[in-house]
Amino acid sequence: MASFKPTRIPAYPKLGEKVTQDTLYWKNYKTPIQIKEFGAVSAIDVSPLSPYNYAVTASTRIHIYGPYSQEPVKTFTRFKDTAYSGRFRSDGKLLVAGSEDSVVRLFDIGGRVALRMLRGHSKAVHFTDFTSDRFRIISASDDSTCRLWDIPNSVELTSFSEHTDYVRCGTTSKLNPDLFVTGSYDHTVKVFDARTDKSVMSMDHSQPVESVLLFPSEGLLVSAGGRYVKVWDLLKGGRALVSLKNHHKTVTCLCLSSSGQRLLSGSLDRHVKVYNTATYKVVHNFDYAASILSVALAPEDTTLVVGMANGVLSVKHRKSPEEKPEASSKKRRRPAYRVFVKGRNYAPKQEDFLVSKPVRTHLEMYDKQLKSFQVSKALDTVLEPRIRRHTPEVTVAVMQELNRRGTLKNALAGRDEKSLTVLLSFLIGHVVDPRFTQVLVNVAEMILDIYVQVVGRSALVDKQIVRLQELIEREIDLEQELVEVLGMLDTLFATMTTKKEVATQESRANGGGSNWGAGPEPEPSGLLTPSVQVLHRNRCQPVLGFLRVTFPDYCHKKKVQSGDQ
Amino acid sequence: MVEQAEIRVVRCGGSKINYREAIITFDSKFLLCASGDSVKVYSTSTEECVHILEGHTDLVSGLAFNPANHLQVYSCSLDGTIRLWDYTDGILIKTLVIGYKILALYVEKKHEGVLFVIVPMASDTDSETFQLVAVHLPKSAGQEVEVRELSSVLTEVRPSPGATSFGRGGEYIATANGLQLSVYFFKKQRTYRFFLKASDKKGAKNAFTCVSCHPKEDCIATGHQDGKIRLWRNFNQKKEYTYTTQHWHHNAVSALSFTPEGMNLLSGGIESVLVLWRYGAESKDLLPRLGSAIEHISVSPDGSLFCTSHRDNKITVINSNLKVSAVIQGLVKGEDVRTDLIIDPRTKSLVLNGKPGHLQFYSLHHDKQLYNLDIVQQEYIHQSGLEQFDVVKAAFHSRGTWLATIEERRERTAELETGLKLWAYDEQTQSFVLNTSVSSPHEDRITAMCFSTDEEATLLVTAGKDGHFKAWQLAEDWETHRDGISWSCDFVGSYHHLRPTNCCFSADGSLLAVSFQEIVTVWSPDSWELLLTLCQPPGGHQGLAGNPVRDLCFGRLSCSKYLLGTTSNTLLCCWDILTCSLKWSTSMDVTLLQADPLSENMAAFCSTLGTTDLFVFKPSEPRPLYSQKAVCPGKVHRAVFAPREAALESCEERAQWLNRSQLYFMTEHMDLMTFNTKSEEDKMMASSQQLVIDDSVAMTPFYLLLGKHRQLQQEKPNPQATQMTQRVQLPQGSSAIRELLHTPAHVLPSASVLCTMFVNSLLISNTGVREGSEAKEEEMVSEPEEDANSEEETNPRDCQPARVNESCTEEAVPTISRAQERQLRTARKTDYSWLSRSLFSSP
Repeated sequence: MASFKPTRIPAYPKLGEKVTQDTLYWKNYKTPIQIKEFGAVSAIDVSPLSPYNYAVTASTRIHIYGPYSQEPVKTFTRFKDTAYSGRFRSDGKLLVAGSEDSVVRLFDIGGRVALRMLRGHSKAVHFTDFTSDRFRIISASDDSTCRLWDIPNSVELTSFSEHTDYVRCGTTSKLNPDLFVTGSYDHTVKVFDARTDKSVMSMDHSQPVESVLLFPSEGLLVSAGGRYVKVWDLLKGGRALVSLKNHHKTVTCLCLSSSGQRLLSGSLDRHVKVYNTATYKVVHNFDYAASILSVALAPEDTTLVVGMANGVLSVKHRKSPEEKPEASSKKRRRPAYRVFVKGRNYAPKQEDFLVSKPVRTHLEMYDKQLKSFQVSKALDTVLEPRIRRHTPEVTVAVMQELNRRGTLKNALAGRDEKSLTVLLSFLIGHVVDPRFTQVLVNVAEMILDIYVQVVGRSALVDKQIVRLQELIEREIDLEQELVEVLGMLDTLFATMTTKKEVATQESRANGGGSNWGAGPEPEPSGLLTPSVQVLHRNRCQPVLGFLRVTFPDYCHKKKVQSGDQ
Repeated sequence: MVEQAEIRVVRCGGSKINYREAIITFDSKFLLCASGDSVKVYSTSTEECVHILEGHTDLVSGLAFNPANHLQVYSCSLDGTIRLWDYTDGILIKTLVIGYKILALYVEKKHEGVLFVIVPMASDTDSETFQLVAVHLPKSAGQEVEVRELSSVLTEVRPSPGATSFGRGGEYIATANGLQLSVYFFKKQRTYRFFLKASDKKGAKNAFTCVSCHPKEDCIATGHQDGKIRLWRNFNQKKEYTYTTQHWHHNAVSALSFTPEGMNLLSGGIESVLVLWRYGAESKDLLPRLGSAIEHISVSPDGSLFCTSHRDNKITVINSNLKVSAVIQGLVKGEDVRTDLIIDPRTKSLVLNGKPGHLQFYSLHHDKQLYNLDIVQQEYIHQSGLEQFDVVKAAFHSRGTWLATIEERRERTAELETGLKLWAYDEQTQSFVLNTSVSSPHEDRITAMCFSTDEEATLLVTAGKDGHFKAWQLAEDWETHRDGISWSCDFVGSYHHLRPTNCCFSADGSLLAVSFQEIVTVWSPDSWELLLTLCQPPGGHQGLAGNPVRDLCFGRLSCSKYLLGTTSNTLLCCWDILTCSLKWSTSMDVTLLQADPLSENMAAFCSTLGTTDLFVFKPSEPRPLYSQKAVCPGKVHRAVFAPREAALESCEERAQWLNRSQLYFMTEHMDLMTFNTKSEEDKMMASSQQLVIDDSVAMTPFYLLLGKHRQLQQEKPNPQATQMTQRVQLPQGSSAIRELLHTPAHVLPSASVLCTMFVNSLLISNTGVREGSEAKEEEMVSEPEEDANSEEETNPRDCQPARVNESCTEEAVPTISRAQERQLRTARKTDYSWLSRSLFSSP
């Protein structure tokens, strides 16, 4: 026959950020390690060789950190002024850096003194890099020139002076030793070919360019400047592909994930955003404490290093997969394995007659109590701190089930001060939660009905009832305001669009809204417009309004009673 | 016209099997229960219906085994007859005509040749008082006998059969009526009456509800309105009677029964818990959660099986150790079918509300409930006055892969709880699995719901009283693969804040019509653009606001450009969507408009003066195809076209609309009715005659596998047996011959064309012979199994003649068995080739 059907716990839609594959991937970092540098961290470069040390350029030094050390393994301090743009060569043995004193310095990773001092620029050099043939260095300076240097002879090969303002960023092609790209404050991004003395391509970013990046295929170029990140198609002669505006302050740095599927951009607005390079949608967002100047990812995305304007270097390491089970095993001791396999591994003999044992369904405690009609005990069970705090929806579902059975009043009645306080504090915590409002308002009403005679006897209970009242009044006022806003928005919509479109637009918005309140299915549109949020709030207004009506006469009674005392 | 009689309205299946208590045969193999105008014989082990005993012309009201012969059963009916049946073969043996409405039947071994029946006091049928009379069986051997010998035993008895009981092998009879318990002793010819007060100080309601007498001791158990059970003793005198009280039920005890040895007492009530009281001890056993209120309890004569009849048209067979062993479920009929009648596109079964919170799938062809789908998935609390969730709407995707249901619960405090659930059909488990559950999809009641008729699209539209209609779309959530695919809201539409009342998709799913009170809007489901609005023609009625659209329906096939709507102000309109104009309108109070999915036909039920008329028409033609006045009394609110398994080839114009689908409808009294054509009825009659009476085995898949071969061997004796038994129907050709003989001669083709066909139809096909010769070669191999099988097979054969001997058909028996023996011999050679073949092929 039909067995007992356990209480149905409704699945509520999860609010806030949606959990996607990307969220899971990018959240899987340990808590960041903070390292204080002497000044703003202007550049971070990860060595191409394992163990993937990274060079951090800050103030007048370049520190090289090991992947898991908080202390620098190596420091280059021979700078007269602020250093910029410390970069490794592709074999990881040499490091080049520019400086405020307009000298480009070349270091050996093992040494301390600069191997080469390349002089020629007249102003600060903000960008230096090796070409992919490893024998030449590109540098770009505030004197609006770019220079190509020969390492063996330490002489200047070419100078490009097409830019008309500071050149602050650039990148070299990994595939072609003669090709490099620079971005300048004159709003242009130029592609140079070392074999000629002119730029081969120029793109207008229309903002001072802070960072440029080439995709691994080098068909696409990404430039960042102002609040925009723009993607250019080099194979189509530098046609703009996408313009992304996801930051609200200047974007300062760009970085690609090791798979090339995700693009990271850091900005002065203290966010690092992760884009999907197929759709150019933001898939994840990191928040930091200060304006971000530089960002770098180690191969396999094992480490995310972010440098900030206040000199803090934040290093996040990816969680290793084997750490997880360790954490979960600590949680709870379970019965030994042999308990479960007891008798299971017995192989039946030929003549044995097999009798299958029916599977016993496990019922929760409150379901067992509901099954035997112990309504008060069931309510007590779900008001235990474990359930009440972690899964309030279970508590509410049991309350609803009791209401359906017509025994909620019986379950609520006959409580002492202690258990009533627990009940009231649960109400205070959750009555304004739109998911639970409908049920809990009903519960609150019943409690007031039942316990109106004993009001004034316990200071504790009285205090809580007053708190509940204040809470509800505040909520009602808030909703009132929101309804007003909704009304204003409706008028705005109505005046802004033509008549036919009004119906559709309004409807779409409503659709998202109803869905939100509806069930476990995901929202159709990612963003909730303000008017929609207002709508949700609006749902519980009539019920709350009823409570407000109930409260004044309760308060009146309370005064009378205390007057008696 | 003659054709008028061609189509008849008939009651189709779904009759109550819980009207009277079911009885179990002495060998506990069968269970007999009254079901409408017939008696059904079920197998207690397989739950299959083995026989249907048909013959009564009104509700069957009682069943009892013939104490002289355990293989015979008496049945009484409101038509005033008692019939004696041989239930193993399904043969009517005798009919006793009493002439009064009979409400209950009792039989006691001690009183041989006497039946006790409850009939109305006065001969007029409306009488409110009833009496128990003894019917002395006449000795005459005729088939139909009129009985004149009636003697009254007790007056003022309740018509309910549970209120009267025979005690201690028929020494006395106890009956309860209101607050009075009467005991009549046959020996002393005296009646003792015992009275209870209407209520005691605690306000308990003391009225009697049922009575059961201990079979061995002088003890009467009575059930009461307040749930008490009283055990009366020492009642053979007026003064010193005593009783003890037992109380477990919190509502009225509706059924009581002692086990045959008197060891236990069974009781049941609305709680749907079977309580087993140990006689003479305080202890009791409970069997809870039987699904619905218990109305009758009966015990098999050997005490091994109990059987409870429930309010939801169900019979439960329970072992003596309180384990449910079988459930026989009829069509569940509540007070109201809140979902429409729906046809499941996959199983072609009828889907409607079943038990509270369930949908039932009911096979129309087999008159059997296929399964119940639990929609609400909540524990049902059996308590009066409690509002429960109920399924109010259901809809199927046109492929049958999705089911949408809406459940609703409204409490007195006007707090409405609704839920939309979408169920996906799971091929593996062959049932529906919950996919998406949406709580409160609309802020108010949902008035209409429909799936897109486009087979490719997965689109659902719901319309609610909150002024919106919403479109729900199946969407794969590619970002969170954990959840898989689920439904989400795609669009919300509204029109001038009017309440939508109905929605309907066009035949190809490219248009959605939504009616907003008196206005019909047509939307495109692709772009959700409002394409056009249609208004009712301005008539001389009370103004626009009062006439909301009641039904909305697109035409099908060639008429798919037409949109039909009915309004509450007795108007039926037909719009042409292509020209956006009103094609025609007529003034009819159409309560229900239903489109046949397989043809252009539409059925409109109109209520006029308390009865309902039916019109069947095509939207393109002004003349109705078929009309029938006064189909049934009262309004018809639920109807459905069910596709036929095989299309009929009726050529009469008036019956053509029934060729491809059959129209079922539900009357106000919750009777399921249908329209039958004459040719169809003839066919059914023929098939029922053809039905070979088989012994104990029901039609299980296993039987179909093995029994096929036995049928073969039974069919073959026919040519030889025809001479001695009656001329059975002619093989295969019967319909051809009938057609030949019934069609007017001048429309037939020439005789030379028909001759060969006619002769062919008379020939008896002779197929088995060649198989036999083939099987001979394999005989050696399959010897062992064959022997074992044939032994089993012969056993029932051998015992059947013995049984038949007891009944009255003596002459035919030896010849049949001889013919069968011969056939068995040939069958040994023929039938088992398949088995050996499968043996060879399987490794």
